[in-house]
Amino acid sequence: MTDYSVEEPVLIVEDLVRHYRLPKESLFAEHRYVYALNGVSFEIKKGKSFGVVGESGCGKSTLARNVMALEDTDGGSVRILGEEVVGLSFEQLRPLRQHFQMVFQDPYGSLDPHLNVDRIVAEPLAALGPLTSAERDERVREVLESVGLKSGDISKYPHEFSGGQRQRIAIARALITHPELIVADEPVSALDVSVQAQVLNLLKDLQESFGVTYMFISHDLAVVEYLCDEVAVMYLGEIVEKGRTEDLFANPAHPYTRILLDAVPQPGAAKKRDRIKLAGNVTGQTEIRAGCAFQDRCPMVKNVCRSEKPPLVAVEEEHLAACHFSADVRAKNKPAAG
Amino acid sequence: MSNSDPTSFLNRCRRSRSFLIGGVMTGFLLLCAAISLFWTPGSAYDIVIPDRFLPPSAEHWLGTDQFGRDIVSMLMTGTQNSIAVAVVAVSIGLIIGVSLGLLAAAKRGWTEEFIMRISDFSFAFPAILSAIMITAILGPGGVNSILAIGLYNIPVFARLTRGSANAIWAREFVLAARAAGKGKFRITFEHILPNVLSIIIVQATILFAIAILAEAALSYLGLGTQPPHPSWGRMLNEAQSLIFLDPWQAVFPGLAIATAVFGLNLLGDGLRDVLDPRLSRKR
Repeated sequence: MTDYSVEEPVLIVEDLVRHYRLPKESLFAEHRYVYALNGVSFEIKKGKSFGVVGESGCGKSTLARNVMALEDTDGGSVRILGEEVVGLSFEQLRPLRQHFQMVFQDPYGSLDPHLNVDRIVAEPLAALGPLTSAERDERVREVLESVGLKSGDISKYPHEFSGGQRQRIAIARALITHPELIVADEPVSALDVSVQAQVLNLLKDLQESFGVTYMFISHDLAVVEYLCDEVAVMYLGEIVEKGRTEDLFANPAHPYTRILLDAVPQPGAAKKRDRIKLAGNVTGQTEIRAGCAFQDRCPMVKNVCRSEKPPLVAVEEEHLAACHFSADVRAKNKPAAG
Repeated sequence: MSNSDPTSFLNRCRRSRSFLIGGVMTGFLLLCAAISLFWTPGSAYDIVIPDRFLPPSAEHWLGTDQFGRDIVSMLMTGTQNSIAVAVVAVSIGLIIGVSLGLLAAAKRGWTEEFIMRISDFSFAFPAILSAIMITAILGPGGVNSILAIGLYNIPVFARLTRGSANAIWAREFVLAARAAGKGKFRITFEHILPNVLSIIIVQATILFAIAILAEAALSYLGLGTQPPHPSWGRMLNEAQSLIFLDPWQAVFPGLAIATAVFGLNLLGDGLRDVLDPRLSRKR
């Protein structure tokens, strides 16, 4: 961590590309690809939470795995604390891994049923090199305490815990190396709503006490609004809109963002807005086409959208959107009179 | 995911009838083998011509054979032989097969293809025929029959291990271990092996029964354990030509083989319930 200064963002992702090769349909057929990430760029400042939202299959989890250097990236750059991680071998990455850890979606699948809490939580310490057993035990005790687990839980096995407690174990595992960045891939979507709030509050508290930076992936807008300082909306492997949470939620500039926001069921008196409804189906990601990624489902689609790809440009300060007609979208955001 | 607590492990043992019956039958077998190491009711080796073809009596519990040898003693000593052959043969298959299966699952790509195609190839030959072929090439005898049976077990274990290991590699906790900086070797031993072990143990029990059967078959054909060491398969063979003269001689080795195979199969089934209740819920 030589050239890392406080001003530099914890995570800088530039033009990240990931294409999955599909199995050949026949022996002589060409390989086809799933274009999971098509040039994603963003950065996260220290101590902030960055939300990534989008439908299933839009590339959110692929993005998480690539940022975590768990897959071979097909292009672009991921810099964590100033250090480029794309292109490093698994062995070269090992000493860096203590700085970025991950919390997974499914607390039932992300904990090995054959290991006890002590061994699960201590697992990432492997990246730290040799620790004495006293140091190790102290770390485990300290981190379990900070996520609200009892010291008596240390020798228990995952099946003895509820979903919320399991996710606390998973968070403890991510925290044990004192990472700068935690990538959380839908960490509460598998939990009951009542438990979701506890876990979200825990994440928030931990951020305040440890200054940890989050990259938070979710399909739940309410969760992102609660936790995140900045949000990026993804569609078919691209960021279509990005900005400060309050700006983006109050005044979306991309029709897709608007549709997502409108789709959230609002209890009580719903705000009177012109709702944009979603048209068409999800298009496949097995080809790259000219024009806007959202063209098939966009209710506002014009000819230009089918031929020219809209660039991600600023619509206001620190708020970018990739739509030819973002001004029109924003014009409609103003509550209708009456 | 199982919701059982560890204390219910004993409960599951108690509730599984196949585990209990299979366990008792297998235990009886092991006990016979153990006792025969230092005591048998009569002699399995001494030829006493005047005593030949005796029916079961107080002196010779299951009678005597055409050389006047005590059948109980021969069966008990034969148990040693069957168990020894099966243990070694299954161990060969287990150690090599499981290693290959774990390697295939960890490496994927052409390593996996190579290992799996070779095991497909060996599956193409009927097991007992290839065992006969191997013993025919290497010459009959106990050690060679062990080798022949062991070789057959390798692809069975390799295939099973690779399949289960692939399923474990796809789990999120493996990804978490990768994110923790653990290499494939450590993950294989710390996460993959413990999670596939119960399936392997069940398979080993069942292959143990098959190995006993295969050893009996090879000995029956005269390719396995050689005289004068008693062996169930050869006892059957010798009794065959005398079946109308002395049916007792054929019945008891047959019963011994049947008991061993049935008991081990039941035990394997029971272990499946006991070790991993997720695998079978039907019973």
